[in-house]
Amino acid sequence: MNYITLLNNQTIGIAAIPEIPYDTFFEINTGFITQHPERHCVNYFGYKIGDAIKLICCIADDDTHQIYVSACVVKRETPLLALTSKLLCFEKFEREIHENFGINFIHHPWLKPLRYAFNRFDTSQTIANYPFYSIKSEELHEVGVGPIHAGVIEPGHFRFICNGEQILHLEIQLGYQHRGIEQLFLDKKELLQRATLAENIAGDTVAGHATAFASLWESLCHFQPSRDLDFARTVAQELERIAIHTGDLSALCADIAYQLGASVFGRLRTPIVNFMQEWGGNRLSKGLIRAGHNPFPFTPALAARLLVVFDAFVADFDEMCKQMFKLPSASSRFERTGVVSHDDVLSINAVGMAARSSGLQRDIRLSHPYGLYPELNHEPVIKRHGDVYSRVQMRKEEIKQSIEYVRKLIASVPHPQPAPSPLQQPQTDAFTITLVEAWRGEICHCAITDAQGELLIYKIKDPSFHNWMALAMAVRNNEISDFPVSNKSFNLSYAGHDL
Amino acid sequence: MLDTLKILYHQGKQFIPNVRTAQVPGIFRGRPLISLQTVDQAALTSLCPMRAITANPVAIDLGKCTFCGACAQQFPDKISFTTDYKIATNQRESLIITAGDDTPLQLNPQMIRPEIRSLFRSSLKLRQVSAGGDNSSEWELNAANNVQFDISRFGIEFVASPRHADGIVITGPITNNMAEALQICYDAVPHPKIIVLVGTDAISGGLFADSPAVNRSFLQNNTVDLYIPGNPAHPLTFINGLLNLIGA
Ligand code: SF4
Repeated sequence: MNYITLLNNQTIGIAAIPEIPYDTFFEINTGFITQHPERHCVNYFGYKIGDAIKLICCIADDDTHQIYVSACVVKRETPLLALTSKLLCFEKFEREIHENFGINFIHHPWLKPLRYAFNRFDTSQTIANYPFYSIKSEELHEVGVGPIHAGVIEPGHFRFICNGEQILHLEIQLGYQHRGIEQLFLDKKELLQRATLAENIAGDTVAGHATAFASLWESLCHFQPSRDLDFARTVAQELERIAIHTGDLSALCADIAYQLGASVFGRLRTPIVNFMQEWGGNRLSKGLIRAGHNPFPFTPALAARLLVVFDAFVADFDEMCKQMFKLPSASSRFERTGVVSHDDVLSINAVGMAARSSGLQRDIRLSHPYGLYPELNHEPVIKRHGDVYSRVQMRKEEIKQSIEYVRKLIASVPHPQPAPSPLQQPQTDAFTITLVEAWRGEICHCAITDAQGELLIYKIKDPSFHNWMALAMAVRNNEISDFPVSNKSFNLSYAGHDL
Repeated sequence: MLDTLKILYHQGKQFIPNVRTAQVPGIFRGRPLISLQTVDQAALTSLCPMRAITANPVAIDLGKCTFCGACAQQFPDKISFTTDYKIATNQRESLIITAGDDTPLQLNPQMIRPEIRSLFRSSLKLRQVSAGGDNSSEWELNAANNVQFDISRFGIEFVASPRHADGIVITGPITNNMAEALQICYDAVPHPKIIVLVGTDAISGGLFADSPAVNRSFLQNNTVDLYIPGNPAHPLTFINGLLNLIGA
């Protein structure tokens, strides 16, 4: 066998992943995906073993609910035929491996630096001299925006090549937020420190990343979460989805100068995040999700309170949505703006909400279910046009869907289980993979332990890793003035990308 | 038009009438109280993921604390968190809360430069710089300007250009890759100008303090005018901190 088949949250001995020669590795991994839209790469990374580098590639299959994992040991000096030469979806992964280890990939379109990690292979490359694509032409001009943007948001640089007002090309350069978080997962040895790090990967996706870390760690320590743990995490993730989508609807309205929508959606985020505070003491769910135990059990009293919050929310939310969706001045800014085609999201490996807005069904809650999602019989919301309007509709419908899911869940609140004995030590020489569908899309965490059970590598992939490219594609041929609304319709993470 | 009016009517009054006395719902963890009870101090200090707790006497540094609540859960008789969200101050040492200490945090008036109050009391424009911020404090800073918290009623606003600003608000531990942009931005703000740090990561570096990807030299070379703790900082902590600084 050239690969091993795993399920979400499964731990295996690292030796169980077959190590195969690179040409076989190339063939099977590109072969999995070619002509198979139901499969995509959820993680592809390298790590050092002595002088060599071990590559691990994980391909998820949405139909079989499985993940195919293969490995290959290579030398830094030996150039490799880029997987990207066959499939564009590997483009970022190979840039990352090149940046970290110096491996050259032949026939890769452009091995540009990805995030200027502090431990990158070539430190002579600095963020100040990023090699932008440019076109020499009398007619065209370039517009540079960032790293610091106009609003209160994270930093990144956008370089537009424009023909008059029209965007011909956008290049997004990231890395400004790089904090070395993957290395810190290894250096900070305490569980609480690692849980805190997970919450800080992207502070707008606390429930998503904290669930990914907790689930991964529990699997690594052979701990079976009780129902109340799964319950709390599922509810927290859906509430996070509601809160962020609502806030993003507000920001979208602000970007089209629709003050009423901006105000009403903006204030509607408050009851949801305030509920998070009532539950766990923090408006953004920090401190709520911990591996092996549940610091803030969800009580029937909280359930009753949440129903009241929902009732008030839904009345105002529906009224505001109805008004916004019938407003021609809103539709005219949203419709046919920032279009990404189905073929494009497929080829660039887009995930989550961005993929689903362009008709590509990718949703871990359905394809690799975890927590209490199997009982919810989740049916992903799918839109077909791939424009801002689709992503606005997506937000609205997902909010309504999440409210229904949470209502269903809290109809029977599980009894908190007595605090279990402390977690065992992580399995030694093990590999674990965890997938979670956060509000932006699929999060993937992978861990590998050494012979002592210490973390050897902790690999994080935020959905934004794929979806930034979707934004770059979306704005082509748009007026540059439509960029903010396109950008907001995705609302991608800089911190989650830069790590 | 009628529908719009209906929405306005249904929304009613959303703003918080008094941001100084508003109560926060639920079990918000604000200023901690540390009792004088004798506990296993080694166990207490070592459980804190942030190393924010020190011993003899037991003290918590709010500049390092993420308000995760783990200490209060394991030592409920020793540590509890009040809902007092007014925990911003202009003196780094004031963020350290010692056992037996139950006085609200205050600003040290001696340390407030006179021009801050004379110039910014009724109009303060700020440029926000996220330098490795995880987007949680950034969300809450945006919330500070929603129709409920409505910080702009005090003349405090975030502006797009540093040239229009009276100071900068930093979130995040300050990454290597943002150090230069932060410096350029700060230099572009005309004098006199203030520096405000929001959130644990900005104040102490948090878990990132000793990361080789972080560069905090900016803070060694410049004076900070206000520390606003939290992970993320609550909008009311931010608003009250600024109001106390400018003397509004
Ligand atoms: S609440 Fe603060 S002091 Fe207590 S354990 Fe958490 S980080 Fe440490």
